[in-house]
Amino acid sequence: MHNRYSRQELFLKEKQPFANKHVLLVGAGALGSALAEMLVRAGIGRLTIIDRDYVDWTNLQRQQLYKEQDAQERLPKAEAAKKRLEEINSDVFISAVTADGGPEELSALMNAHLPDLLLDGTDNFETRFLINDLSQKYNVPWIYGACVGSQGISCVIVPGETPCLACLLDVLPAEGMTCDTAGIIAPAVQMTTAIQGAEALKILAGRWEEVSRELVSFDLWKNTYSSIKIASLKKASCPSCGKEASHPYLSEANRTRTAVLCGRDTVQVRPSEERAFNLSQLALTMEQHGTKVKTNGFLLSAIVSGKRIVLFQDGRMLIHGTKNTADAKKLYQQLLG
Amino acid sequence: MNIVINGKHEQVALSEPTLINLLAEYSLQGKSVIVEANGQIVPKDELASTNVKDGDRIEIVQFVGGG
Repeated sequence: MHNRYSRQELFLKEKQPFANKHVLLVGAGALGSALAEMLVRAGIGRLTIIDRDYVDWTNLQRQQLYKEQDAQERLPKAEAAKKRLEEINSDVFISAVTADGGPEELSALMNAHLPDLLLDGTDNFETRFLINDLSQKYNVPWIYGACVGSQGISCVIVPGETPCLACLLDVLPAEGMTCDTAGIIAPAVQMTTAIQGAEALKILAGRWEEVSRELVSFDLWKNTYSSIKIASLKKASCPSCGKEASHPYLSEANRTRTAVLCGRDTVQVRPSEERAFNLSQLALTMEQHGTKVKTNGFLLSAIVSGKRIVLFQDGRMLIHGTKNTADAKKLYQQLLG
Repeated sequence: MNIVINGKHEQVALSEPTLINLLAEYSLQGKSVIVEANGQIVPKDELASTNVKDGDRIEIVQFVGGG
């Protein structure tokens, strides 16, 4: 009989404390890949992964679950991740959702199967503030993690106890420190997820007294590490976790319809209502009009007006080679009305 | 002036020894940061009026968005 968890159990002095735990992981890029692999190897019961993107060659340098074939086939990340993770540990129930995690999509996942923990594998503050509000509304802890260049940052947010992300940051940072402008090295990802992952294991094992209550950051190139106790920053008037919390980021009205993707020179356009496209039918029509089209069952890709476009079944489109959201929207409407 | 920033000994020369000038020295002025001086978080509106002195231990955490 295999005992794959023996070394972990030796350390924890407990048998498989994670077996019945469910984690909802938002984002399956660099952070998400590393976190998912850690949790699946640790033997959690259930992992739900939601991601809006597909595997690209520029991901392979740091997004550890993906391989060249995934990039060649442009597999949706959630699907490619599920496939690899099931090879690693077939005992874990993994569900993959390819969608843009907005208020509606994430609330539906919370309602369908309430997780024990929400994990941040996203690349933008808009989604992080949404996770922050969900965490408060559903009383589920979450772990903020982010990295860029050689830097990383992480913080555990426990509803009803610690300050939340909105207490720490009164406005959405808009200073363009993303993989797009500063690049990223893989060790910064691994260090960030090592911190997030350790806190995740403590929370899932119920070892609350060991959970960090500090905001941690580091720079692996400059050899600096810092840790700040943040309890004093909790705000009674916070719109997300205060006495009269309104959870502003759960409102669809606060959601932008276009987004520039981190590190990709790409704009995503979302339809205002979910639309189900018949991709093979659409491919046929486009080919009849002289456009070369590729489909793989999950998405359709083509070159239109000199730009590579990728359309998902739910009507989302990625438009590559631009950061101009207005142009991207126009192209979307030109193609799909 | 010798101070410890994020655990590392640094020598800095500031025109006026305030935290806001220290942030500017590291190109962090106006960015999303939390600053702690000798174990106490310094509110944003006090960064310009808080002095830095020899031997201080400063922690600067910058929020980043990538992932």
